Amino acid sequence: MPGDIAERLAHAWRGIVWYLREISGEARYGHYLEHFAAEHPGENPMSEVEYLRAREAYDRLHPNTSCCC
Amino acid sequence: MTEATAQVPAPGKLEFKDDYTPAEAARVIRNSKGLPVGVRPKMVWTWQKALLWAAVAIVCACGWAILAVSRGEQISAIWFLVVALSSYAIAYRFYAYYIQIKIMRTDDANATPAERVHDGANFERTDRRVLFGQHFAGISGAGPLVGPILAAQMGYLPSTLWIILGVIFAGAVQDMLVLWISAKRRGRSLGQMASDEMGKFGGMILSVFLVVMTAIAMAFLALVAIKAMAASPWAVFSIGMTIPIALIMGCYQRFLRPGRVIETTLLGFVLLVLDIVAGGWIASIPAVAEVFTLTAQQLVIALVIYSFAAAALPHWLLVTPRDYLSTLMKIGTLVLLVVGIIIANPSVKVPGLTELASGSTGPTFSGNLFPFLFITIACGALSGFHGAVSSGLTPKAVEKENQIRMIGYGSMLVESFTAIIALIAAITISQGVYFSTNMSAAQISAASGVSVTATSTPSEQAEAAVKAVDSMTVSDIEGNQMKVTWDSVDENGDAKTYEGAEALEKAASDIGEKTIVSRTGGATTFAMGMANFLKSYLGGHDSMAFWYHFAIMFEALFILTTVDNGTRVARYQIGEMLGNVRKLRKFADPTWKPGNIITTMIATALWGGLLWMGVSDANGGINAMVPIFGISNQLLAAACFVLVTVCVAKLGYKKYLWIPVLPLVWDIAVTFTADFQKIFGPLSYFTVASKYQAQIASGELSGEALTNAQAALNNAYLDGVLSVFFLVMMGIFVIVGVVCVARTFAAGKFGAETTSEEPFVESQWFAPSGLIATSLEKKVQREYSAKLHELAQSEQAAA
Repeated sequence: MPGDIAERLAHAWRGIVWYLREISGEARYGHYLEHFAAEHPGENPMSEVEYLRAREAYDRLHPNTSCCC
Repeated sequence: MTEATAQVPAPGKLEFKDDYTPAEAARVIRNSKGLPVGVRPKMVWTWQKALLWAAVAIVCACGWAILAVSRGEQISAIWFLVVALSSYAIAYRFYAYYIQIKIMRTDDANATPAERVHDGANFERTDRRVLFGQHFAGISGAGPLVGPILAAQMGYLPSTLWIILGVIFAGAVQDMLVLWISAKRRGRSLGQMASDEMGKFGGMILSVFLVVMTAIAMAFLALVAIKAMAASPWAVFSIGMTIPIALIMGCYQRFLRPGRVIETTLLGFVLLVLDIVAGGWIASIPAVAEVFTLTAQQLVIALVIYSFAAAALPHWLLVTPRDYLSTLMKIGTLVLLVVGIIIANPSVKVPGLTELASGSTGPTFSGNLFPFLFITIACGALSGFHGAVSSGLTPKAVEKENQIRMIGYGSMLVESFTAIIALIAAITISQGVYFSTNMSAAQISAASGVSVTATSTPSEQAEAAVKAVDSMTVSDIEGNQMKVTWDSVDENGDAKTYEGAEALEKAASDIGEKTIVSRTGGATTFAMGMANFLKSYLGGHDSMAFWYHFAIMFEALFILTTVDNGTRVARYQIGEMLGNVRKLRKFADPTWKPGNIITTMIATALWGGLLWMGVSDANGGINAMVPIFGISNQLLAAACFVLVTVCVAKLGYKKYLWIPVLPLVWDIAVTFTADFQKIFGPLSYFTVASKYQAQIASGELSGEALTNAQAALNNAYLDGVLSVFFLVMMGIFVIVGVVCVARTFAAGKFGAETTSEEPFVESQWFAPSGLIATSLEKKVQREYSAKLHELAQSEQAAA
């Protein structure tokens, strides 16, 4: 039983970490690597810093038209 | 290896057993490759479910009955949570589902823009639960925290009805349907869709309207923040310090830990809490406090300079880190508050309807309940701005069509819930305190007969406010004349209820401010209510000042984020508009630096000018600004409904056209009546203007009074002109829409021939529809992964 509870807690914790990483955008680079491996096999993907810079440059030129209230 | 297999967990634990019941098997949608890519929406009833929904319906009806009929007795604020949540549940399960089946006719066999385009940037499939959070963070802001506070002068019942019924039949419907039409059109924006569906002219109207409206919304929200910060060294210091905090966060993420967003956010949050505590020390040292005691005008200048700097500096340094903090505060504080209300279990002090509900002279907004209550509470019930968000990033990221209900309708329900919490904050403090806080100095002077200005001492202000409250005929929930009372503790820490001027001074000292009199705009009231809930379980009475300033920080962060984003968005929109002129084509290029500076200046000047006029107004500016903000926001909502109606008509769903038309007609009735009254008649801006004109012409005014009158005169004229502009623009837009619908029906051609909807593309992807996957969806998920592996293996074998 205690093992069961521990497993559930661990599961919940992994879920929380997954959610936070996804919603904060931290997981984005990982997704990029997956896509890259699938779509351009054999090529070298950008490093994390390069990817973040490219993403920033893209966002600067494609502003999100949303505005909240 | 195909692209999809990289993301699908290997079968193993997820072994597919083919255990569908016949009814389930009939609902699974398969594409031409045999991949199960969706589940047909269907309401499956079991007796347990029927019982559960019957129970929800009974609880909902009881809750409404209690709120509607209780007279002269105390009711618990928890009932508001019960009524809201049960109504939302029923609406989501039944009405939103009905719209999904009858109008959206979502089909999981069809690929969404994320799957069609899939460019690795904005068009990126995003998990539905993550997208729900992102969409909510996109639509929510300070708006729903302001309207319900101001509307509380009329009692809780009209506001509660409008917030809940409004969101169910209008606000959430708008958000969901705009998301739907945009997702069917490759995530195009409102302006682009209006051009495609209603012609270039319609698109142009909507684009111009959006720029003006963005400027007004920013000016209004900034005014709310400034009203809370003016003359408060604690708030000015702690909010000012968010700039260095953001810089630290930005550099940390840039140079030390690239890409570690969660860590950076936690670091920022810890600094933020320390910062709020430090604000208290600053405020307690008179010499230092003086440095941070700024007037509203000084704050406007600071805000304009700041936002210009924010636009010029790289985003990673200032704007992005503050976005992180703002998102964390949005979601975290909402949870803290709900728990706080349940633990504090505050009782409602305001009756369902006050005497002010039947008049038009209330202090927080003037005008009759219809239409002005419905435009004062804009966000939280119906907000046109959400149309812009729903046609922004979200439709480009949604995985499956069936998820649109959960993301579009669901997020807006949460937004409405925020408005309910703001309402609870306003109605659980004593009405005397509420009116003392929400009347401008000029209103207090007029009602009490004692002249009060910003330079009066706190005790003079408190005395005058009590007199003003006594002079108003407004009953409390027990039917007696309202009083100024404040529940607190005495020197020995025993519970004590203070009354009269003493109550106002005690309240101010409890929250760490000099005075709470005439702190209009709603932020102060909201923060007092929030501090009451949070101290009940986090820190006790002594923590009240901290929580008050935490709440002010919460609102200010929202607002600063809105101002930053709004300036940026307005800048691009202005650039695009200028770029349409042949000689100014260069402005359309967002990388052209001089163009950037000029468009940023125009955008800042637009809202900065409005804001300056707002703070210069003797009546506090909120009173004049609320209607113009509410009307423009609701008119934008009307435009969204017109666009949706045109799209639905072009699909030929005549029988269900009432779903968008019902809120459209209501919204037009509200906004056009309000706008008319603001242009003609006793409430109009022009009447106000001529009053000030006469005062100035009489030559009796001098010094500060003269400056105030001139500011108010300019303000009234500008607001009047804006009202006319709105009425004309939206009048034309609605006519264009009606003509479009009439032409469609006259031609009798529907569907693919007439709409700009993208043609069907087969989906290769599966994801569940709701927040929690059903057992059938779990089975389909297993089959999907198993089939993908089979397909991949056979492909490899073939190769």
